[in-house]
Amino acid sequence: MSARNLPPVYNKIAQHAVFPKMNHDERARYNFLANLNKHLAHVSQGNKTAFENRVEPKFEKEHGRKIATTKELEEAISKDAHYQVWSSLRRSTMEMRQQAGRSIVLRQAEELRDKVNALNAGKDSLVLDDSVEVPPYLLACDNHIMPGSYHTELIKDDVTPAANYDTGLFVTTAGLLGRYSDGGGKAIVSWVKKTYPDFNPKRILDIGCGMGHNVLPIAKAFPNAEVIAIDTGAPMLRYAHARAMDLGITNVKFMQMDAAKTTFDDESFDWVQSTMFFHETGGKSIYNIMNEVYRVLKPNGLTLHIEQPQYTDDMSLFEKFIRDWDALNNNEPYWSKMHDIDPAELMASSGFRKEDFMQIGAKAENDLDDGTQKADEPEDHGRSPIWNVFGAVKN
Amino acid sequence: MKDEKLDYIKLASNKPKGKRPYFHNDPAVERVLNITMALAGEVAVMRERMDSIERLLEKKNVMTREEIENFVPENKEQEEQRQLWHAEYIGRVLRIVQQEMEELENPDKSLEEIANDINEM
Ligand SMILES: C[S@@+](CC[C@H](N)C(=O)[O-])C[C@H]1O[C@@H](n2cnc3c(N)ncnc32)[C@H](O)[C@@H]1O
Repeated sequence: MSARNLPPVYNKIAQHAVFPKMNHDERARYNFLANLNKHLAHVSQGNKTAFENRVEPKFEKEHGRKIATTKELEEAISKDAHYQVWSSLRRSTMEMRQQAGRSIVLRQAEELRDKVNALNAGKDSLVLDDSVEVPPYLLACDNHIMPGSYHTELIKDDVTPAANYDTGLFVTTAGLLGRYSDGGGKAIVSWVKKTYPDFNPKRILDIGCGMGHNVLPIAKAFPNAEVIAIDTGAPMLRYAHARAMDLGITNVKFMQMDAAKTTFDDESFDWVQSTMFFHETGGKSIYNIMNEVYRVLKPNGLTLHIEQPQYTDDMSLFEKFIRDWDALNNNEPYWSKMHDIDPAELMASSGFRKEDFMQIGAKAENDLDDGTQKADEPEDHGRSPIWNVFGAVKN
Repeated sequence: MKDEKLDYIKLASNKPKGKRPYFHNDPAVERVLNITMALAGEVAVMRERMDSIERLLEKKNVMTREEIENFVPENKEQEEQRQLWHAEYIGRVLRIVQQEMEELENPDKSLEEIANDINEM
């Protein structure tokens, strides 16, 4: 066994019928990038040292007081050589990951589209609606520096945004979400089954489903439930549907719909779920979407939202700053603003009772974890498979 | 949205929307570092391929080092495959230069401005 905590080799990723074809060098490139990501999580430790040993003392000497805000901290640390090189390498790694993924999927865009179309043909479980508009916050910048974001179609019926996402998640997360990158969905299923053993949802809604990787474990765990997964990005939905078909999961209906204005009846779902969704929305939409969640949820219905870890009061200014690095430097801008919203307040504003609010921690269930992962591994801020889950049972 | 072949080499190195942060005092450092890291990646890729080849050679004992040393493309198709590889390789390594050109042509708002915009959306 190696002294280093190594990411799984790329060929451990699960294959399915619409997974892009990858050659030897493309897998090797992803192996390099997964290792580079892991390496940079170690290099990131130096930021804290640099901050404590030279950035903070220098500021105090110059200003006669401590750094008071994350803004001041950013100004001070951005002149530090270690922070500069770490940041520059991290940004570069994310760009290389996008370049690598896109060069894989774009060269086979038509083949992928044809395979997806063949699996989707004649199925009423995929409902696209080109009158659905991409929300303005998704047009303002390309989230996680993914050129073209979730919606851009370079050819007719394009699926490359989703295919790119599918190949690269395993790299960015160093395989910690498991072979199907579905460790979040699996974790939520386990928690729900343990906490509510008698819960037998008939209708489940997943909002912002993306390529559907986290809704499939839910659909599988409740095979008698009618699951509806919505997204605004047609490429994501086409791919998600074909992927689900190939994986033999047939109780999910994928629909193109804006979560802020769905067409579902009041009180028509037993469970409304979102995963890594809200931090990619906008300051007004987040409230509109939560209003919809409340509206479509049945009395006694459950809603859960897997999100980035919250700021806590005992968190240092430095930790808050470094946790937010991805927000401005890896294009997740709303993440930096969502901190100002208390999830309990957000839910209360939509009608959920304060006393019904719940918050739990969740960790990905990883089918690749063979026990060799070491506990002392530094956390890769913003990428670690450790989340905050908030929600409520509607009363 | 025509169905002609995509120029995937250029498209793969596109810049994302949202102004790129630079961390070094001189953007030239950023540029050189990015090119160097891409090269570092390609060296790693090559090393892994060599490793595969060596292990297979060892296992199957079907060719010698000598033969590899003396190999040149044997037909037009092979020649083209080799040159296409170089074109794709260079597009990958010089990504940042392409993206800076794209930014020049199409200037972006800062992520802070975008965050503020989005906060109103
Ligand atoms: C980060 S992805 C999350 C995907 C998936 N839930 C997961 O587990 O990773 C966010 C997704 O939300 C979608 N999205 C953003 N705003 C939306 C809205 N208002 N309505 C529906 N989908 C939306 C995007 O298109 C994107 O596919």
